[in-house]
Amino acid sequence: MGTVAVYGLCKSFGKVQAMDGVTLDVPDGSFFVVLGPSGAGKTTTLRAIAGLEKLDAGSVRLDGTDATGDTPAARDLAMVFQNYALYPRHTVYENIASPLRARRRSSSEIAAAVERMSTLLHIEPLLRRRPAQLSGGEMQRVALARALVRRPRAFLMDEPLTNLDLKLRVEMRTELTRIHRSLGATFVYVTNDQVEALSMADQVAVLKEGKVQQVGTPAEVYERPANQWVAGFVGSPQISLLACHAEGDRLVGADGWTLPRPRWTTAEDGRPLLLGLRAEDLSVERRGNASLPGELYGLEPLGDRTVVDVRVGTEILKVKARPTVTGTPGERLLVTVDLDRAHLFDAGTGLALSEAGR
Amino acid sequence: MAVSAHEAVSPGPVRDHTPPARRSGGRGRSVLEVALLTVLAVVMLFPVLWMIETSIKENRDVYAIPAKFFDFKVTLDHFRDVFVASGGGPSTLSVSFLNSVVVAGVSTVLATVLGVPAAWAYSRFGVKAKKDQLFFILSTRFMPPVVVVIPIFLMYRQAGLINTQLGLILIYAAFNVPFTIWMMKGFVDEVPPEYEDAAMLDGYTRLQAFRRYTLPLLLPGIAATAVFALIFSWNEFVFAIFLTSSDNVRTAPPAIAGLIGGTTVDWGLVAAASVVFALPVLVFAYLVRKHLVAGVTLGAVRR
Ligand SMILES: Nc1ncnc2c1ncn2[C@@H]1O[C@H](COP(=O)(O)OP(=O)(O)OP(=O)(O)O)[C@@H](O)[C@H]1O
Ligand SMILES: [Mg+2]
Repeated sequence: MGTVAVYGLCKSFGKVQAMDGVTLDVPDGSFFVVLGPSGAGKTTTLRAIAGLEKLDAGSVRLDGTDATGDTPAARDLAMVFQNYALYPRHTVYENIASPLRARRRSSSEIAAAVERMSTLLHIEPLLRRRPAQLSGGEMQRVALARALVRRPRAFLMDEPLTNLDLKLRVEMRTELTRIHRSLGATFVYVTNDQVEALSMADQVAVLKEGKVQQVGTPAEVYERPANQWVAGFVGSPQISLLACHAEGDRLVGADGWTLPRPRWTTAEDGRPLLLGLRAEDLSVERRGNASLPGELYGLEPLGDRTVVDVRVGTEILKVKARPTVTGTPGERLLVTVDLDRAHLFDAGTGLALSEAGR
Repeated sequence: MAVSAHEAVSPGPVRDHTPPARRSGGRGRSVLEVALLTVLAVVMLFPVLWMIETSIKENRDVYAIPAKFFDFKVTLDHFRDVFVASGGGPSTLSVSFLNSVVVAGVSTVLATVLGVPAAWAYSRFGVKAKKDQLFFILSTRFMPPVVVVIPIFLMYRQAGLINTQLGLILIYAAFNVPFTIWMMKGFVDEVPPEYEDAAMLDGYTRLQAFRRYTLPLLLPGIAATAVFALIFSWNEFVFAIFLTSSDNVRTAPPAIAGLIGGTTVDWGLVAAASVVFALPVLVFAYLVRKHLVAGVTLGAVRR
């Protein structure tokens, strides 16, 4: 068993409200990612689960029993710290052995476990070194080994891959997913990298300014963002948002364009809305019945594709196109819109309109 | 909280060994520097040199006019007199040196044992009105001892602590605890709290985490702080002279001062006692020379 649940966590540091009613329910054995920008309260949430932070309000339940007042040791969790927190005076071996030493395991058992971990994470040659003699990527793997050496209720990981170079990061992503699957253990994984979140998670909780914005599978968060902010934070290139309102069977843009109104929209006429369009749901190459007139603003070749910036009225649309696409800035063109995949948000509250009719 | 992985581990030695570029006209400047420093050194060190000379001169050379700088007979009689009484057996001065060792040593241990955990707590925990408390603690050091010596004398008389080593130990410890807290808080602040957090998740209690992972990193700081406390207790004069009266309790500073007075002063003995008294301080000051400057800006110590 390894369920983690937190209810209404609040914590402020002076004037900063780091957590403002954070509620999460992490099922047993899931890879649960907490995604949010810097300063969103991700580390604070993880530390609250671990029992390292004194809470202003809220409770923590582990395996269904209340653990709010328990010491970190009693919670039976393992954590990878954002800065690794490897003990500087101790060798890599001793660092990895520490959780087992603390729990008074026999030295033969410790030796076996450390060897298993060092093989798994390819750090055998480093065991006699001290943290100061390691590279960032090596430190990160040692920190992972120290967490994984034991079988706790759940693993807490605070941006463990952020300090790695891209190649190693992608490698470790696959590696971690593999480890998670082979252990079948609960992972609570914090990151500010939406690619990481979407590629690794069973469930994603999106956090902003200490508040949970949305919880769901990566597909849900990407396809049905709960609000304008989540839509903007998840996805690259960023979703384009156009001010508009409904008028009969049409959507009328603030810049004068019109589009057929999606069937499922429930908004009454005249209410200010935001139309969210993802780059892959737009095209400058296809012909279609729903299109926006604009002019080419810029090209952003990314190798496997090119992002075309199109100016529509006063706003810029990001459109995904084939890498072979060409054009000159100022050139007039039509952007085809896949309206079935468009998102509509209330311009006042930012909340997604009900999509029940979809 | 914002501790990067780089800060979390002690940085290795700086590998850049290129010598600093000489400034233009550096030669002329360095001659001037050396000249000024020499003058300064002579002015500062002359009393010390004179003390050392006096301690190894025979008494008639001490009083010689004009003063003899080099051509005098060297004798170690004064040093013998510091330790051995004229009739044999240990001298009163040697008893006072022993008292100083006991009083300074025990009070330093006491201040360290109390101050280090307090500094850790002030650094790690959300203590209420932390800044005010720390300021209050520091403010007890603003007062020169002579201001409080009378009330303390009266309190000590009631408590039966007058003329006891325990009395001196307690007052020195009380004076050194604030200093220890302030200086040690600077050192504790430098150790990332994540080591303790990680240790607690490993399964240790908070105190075990402190002892296993933070304390070893604090040892150099503790040593430096203790030496400062030791030097304070060793040198302290005002409390010692007011709160002790008998030769078997008195510490070295009042004992040496007591040699001066009366009709004839044995300057050779005074100088020899002073040299013996100064030696430990010099040794300790040498040990913590790196921290001496930093220690002046209490709490702002960087290693
Ligand atoms: N010990 C602390 N004292 C004061 N403020 C803090 C402390 N810890 C966190 N904060 C503040 O609380 C907010 C949330 O911090 P937290 O470390 O949880 O963010 P985060 O989501 O982990 O960010 P990052 O991705 O940069 O690590 C931030 O505004 C931060 O400045
Ligand atoms: Mg963080």
